[in-house]
Amino acid sequence: MLYSILIYGAEALVDSLSDDEEEAILDRHRALQAQLTETGKLGPFARLMPTTAAVTIRAETGEPVVLDGPFAETKEQLLGLYLVDCASLEDAVEVAKQLPVDVGALEIRPVHFYGPGVLPQTPFEAAPYP
Amino acid sequence: MSGRPRLDAILAAARPQVVAALTRRFRDLDRAEEGYQTACLRALASWPEKGRPRDPVAWLILVGRNAVIDELRRESRHAPLEAELTEAPLADAEAAAIARLEAEDYRDDILRLLFICCRPELPRSDQLALALKVVAGLSVQEIARAFLVRPKAMEQRLTRAKRKAAAAGISFDTPSVAERAQRLAAVSTLLYLMFNEGYSSAGNGAHLRAALCEDAIRLQRLLLRLFPGQSEVMGLLALCLFQHARARARLDTEGRIVLLEDQDRGLWDRYLIAEGRVLIEKALLKGRPGPYQIQAAIAGVHCAAAAPEATDWVEIERLYRALEQAQPSPVVTLNRAVAVAQLDGPAAALALIEPLAGALEGYLYFHGARAAWLEELGRVPEAAEAYGRALALCTTPAETAHLKARLAALKEES
Repeated sequence: MLYSILIYGAEALVDSLSDDEEEAILDRHRALQAQLTETGKLGPFARLMPTTAAVTIRAETGEPVVLDGPFAETKEQLLGLYLVDCASLEDAVEVAKQLPVDVGALEIRPVHFYGPGVLPQTPFEAAPYP
Repeated sequence: MSGRPRLDAILAAARPQVVAALTRRFRDLDRAEEGYQTACLRALASWPEKGRPRDPVAWLILVGRNAVIDELRRESRHAPLEAELTEAPLADAEAAAIARLEAEDYRDDILRLLFICCRPELPRSDQLALALKVVAGLSVQEIARAFLVRPKAMEQRLTRAKRKAAAAGISFDTPSVAERAQRLAAVSTLLYLMFNEGYSSAGNGAHLRAALCEDAIRLQRLLLRLFPGQSEVMGLLALCLFQHARARARLDTEGRIVLLEDQDRGLWDRYLIAEGRVLIEKALLKGRPGPYQIQAAIAGVHCAAAAPEATDWVEIERLYRALEQAQPSPVVTLNRAVAVAQLDGPAAALALIEPLAGALEGYLYFHGARAAWLEELGRVPEAAEAYGRALALCTTPAETAHLKARLAALKEES
């Protein structure tokens, strides 16, 4: 079964991390990615840009309107996500526990349907040139 | 390292909101800072053992507030207590107090705290120092290093600045829409100058001052999170992200300036550029372009070019024209002339800036640009003279070294 692991944390805290601290957090991610790759469990994963780069579309009065900012104002924001193939919820919890959780919280949400899409199977980094 | 953020990072992230709330409560920057400090000490003592509270900001505000009230009580033991301060300690009412403190006001609290720092009574450099101390939470030593002064002198400046800011009298009521707009504009200017203070440095101490850029960006992100619909704040952040993206390519290993056209674009930070692009696109969609958005769009055009030859100078010239409309200034016209030089040649650019000679007499880049165009046209003696005038206006070793090299090359050619 596929599970998504949604990573939440306060962006103010992410902004306050030193380079070393950020690198240490990324190391934990890389370690998990390597391990899940080896065991064949790793699906797509992503780190999101800050919510200041987000827009939200709502249609409260009929016509859809584009609004600035994230969908909800919360103390903690969605920072990134993983899709992992796990035998059970317990297994998914064990996987998630390997990620740093101190910056906020991790939500495990089982996946109802997953389409692999057509994007190339190569990592995508935000690129400046069109 | 375990990948656990230090408690320090959590406390630092909470600082603007905690100090801002305590400033509103006690209307005194020193008290607010003291309250925050005390709350941090208590957090360091109790969180590792008892666990972190679910809402660290609310916890710090509450503990800081109680600490200041205790302190005021001690100080006024012999004086009659103010009615408000005779309230019982809030042990039981904690939950309600947290809810109240967390209410609507935090946006205006943080904006007000930043606005207090940019009182017009204070010289610019003191405004920056005060914001770095009170809002960003830099130590006096760090700020002194960034401004290349002794810690003792910086301490005195900050004390004086705080006194002046406190005396200036700022409304602690919820601001009106017009007041909020005015505060946002003043604070945006402050955060732009803070970025420039770090950005325009080179040579000695450049790496120390570059930290100012990161602090400015951090505060701009904070401001935009508080006011997500402000297109000029988006523009400001985008502008600074584009400029900061080029930081690693701007100086060579010896601290010398590398001009935009000579920079190794592989050293540009692709991620910051991408974020800047999204922000400026988002801002311009709102259809209310302002000076920061236009400047960001210009920086974005430069960042979008994989090589100097690929720069869209037509678009840059058009954007500078828009900026001349929005914010007319001889410096903007000088910058448009740079685009004109690319499109129509150095003679056209020189003709455009000739009327600016008086206004930009003391402006380094006017003489620098003029010298380069005269040189291109083969007017060597005039070019040498212009380089000389630019050299006389240099303020950093990197600028001096750069212009001396240009002048030497000119003399060699002729």
